[in-house]
Amino acid sequence: MLQEFIDSLIADGLFGGLPRDVAYLIGMLAAGALVVFGFVLNVAGITTFVERRVWARIQSRVGPNRVGPQGVLQWLADGLKLLMKEEAIPFAADARLFKLAPFIVTIGFITAFVAMPFSSALIVADLNLGILYITSMTSLVVVGIMVAGWASNNKWSLIGGIRAAAQIVSYEIPAALSIFTVILITGTLSMQSIIQQQSWLPWDWFIFHNPFTFIGFFVTFVALLAEGNRTPFDLPEAESELVAGFVTEYSGARYLFFFLVEWGNLYVISAILVTLFLGGWQVPMIPVITDSAFGLNLLQALTFVGKSYFGVILIMWIRATLPRIRVDQLMTTCWKYLLPISFANFMGTALWVLIWPDGFLPAELLMTALGFGLVGYFFYRVAYHLRRSGAQITLSPLS
Amino acid sequence: MTEISLFPIVFYALAAVTVVSALGVAFSNNIFYSAIALMGTLLGAAGLYVMLAADFVAVVQIFVYVGGILVLTLFAINLTSRIGDVSISNRSLGRFPAFVALALSGGVMVRAIREASWNMVEVREAVPTINGIGNAFLTEYILPFELASLVLLAALVGAVVLSRKELRD
Repeated sequence: MLQEFIDSLIADGLFGGLPRDVAYLIGMLAAGALVVFGFVLNVAGITTFVERRVWARIQSRVGPNRVGPQGVLQWLADGLKLLMKEEAIPFAADARLFKLAPFIVTIGFITAFVAMPFSSALIVADLNLGILYITSMTSLVVVGIMVAGWASNNKWSLIGGIRAAAQIVSYEIPAALSIFTVILITGTLSMQSIIQQQSWLPWDWFIFHNPFTFIGFFVTFVALLAEGNRTPFDLPEAESELVAGFVTEYSGARYLFFFLVEWGNLYVISAILVTLFLGGWQVPMIPVITDSAFGLNLLQALTFVGKSYFGVILIMWIRATLPRIRVDQLMTTCWKYLLPISFANFMGTALWVLIWPDGFLPAELLMTALGFGLVGYFFYRVAYHLRRSGAQITLSPLS
Repeated sequence: MTEISLFPIVFYALAAVTVVSALGVAFSNNIFYSAIALMGTLLGAAGLYVMLAADFVAVVQIFVYVGGILVLTLFAINLTSRIGDVSISNRSLGRFPAFVALALSGGVMVRAIREASWNMVEVREAVPTINGIGNAFLTEYILPFELASLVLLAALVGAVVLSRKELRD
């Protein structure tokens, strides 16, 4: 995709007499810079603002609303403030590793975006190992967290780092097994091919493919939450027990990097779920809009980012309403519940694919009805309780 | 247009990263630095696999070695108290025997490298290897594959037996 584009640019004589490989290198760097500065940094920044506002609404507060209209520029102000602050490096810390750690974390996070699809044409590189590449690259994050915890030379940081490692190594197993249930259906690891095998109709999404993938979706969601250190699994930085865990000693720009990764990871988690289970960028063919390649890709990108952002809001909602679980509960959840469930899902899906290689439409329709029924019942119960309690709530986000 | 390929440059850069980090693993006095240098070695080796058009092996190298084994190593280092000042229990034999051992093993290695008949292949287009690997595992090499999983199962059971007090007594 990118290669063809650069080949066409070379044919147009844009790169002059530069060797082909150098032109490719420039093209890759340009595409990388475009994704990082055009999307990753902004989405992470805006997510911090949205999270603070959503969180404030859930807790009956106002949230940041002073910088710019409704406070929408708060994230830029925060970023600039942190960049300009003096950085303090503890005297007893291992200064070299202390400085290195945020960059290992950031590399592990940003390289995942290489295989992250946005629309049928917008992707930096459609690797044929896409999803495996993303899961292996994000494992660099945990190395960075452990380095940060050790180099800070502080017991809170060290405990935070160890917790992060224990948690991520444990939850990687159910996460990988649940991801592989989808791979059983698709027979490919490429992010684009996984999406192409679904369609915009909900019953073609892999979450509703069979009962096992339906459960697998929730297993993946929980496991990815734990891998991203999000509440209720944010034990590595548990403010009430560990000050701030592995980020305790960090300040200024390096602190900013850790939080960039933390909030950017919300998008990564949701994008993985949307790709695997929720139909990715698939859109219906609407005449006029989808006739041109530009309109089609724009609609697909909006669909993908919109679905992913729905997941992001869901994670914020969980963070605002659930308490943090204990370490032993964390391990029990993983090894005694998620692991057997994901093994059962894996075997079940394998059998299902063996019996119905092309899917079984009645089951898909039934699962879709069940899924939407559950969501509908949830809203019914919430409305019922709101009526009964007579609570005054304001649903407008701007008030 | 002259076709200058970046291939050798990238290869030597990756090889340098791998070798320099490997030296760091061996010579660093601080075990934590050794572990971090090991990450450089593993990532460099993954890069070399990519250059050999072995994409699946490269990604699995990162997944298993960096994401699993290196993290476990760091975990063990973090949990061991006073790992910085270990009392070395095996006495050094001195420089001369070390030199003899180095010369002997080095001679054998140099000779092996020079006399091996290297299987040279042309630079190939990177094609997906995962289907071939999967088919080979489940058809031609199914017995070694299954035996390896049996060995891993035995290791798991062994770890449980070793770590559980009530079973050990």
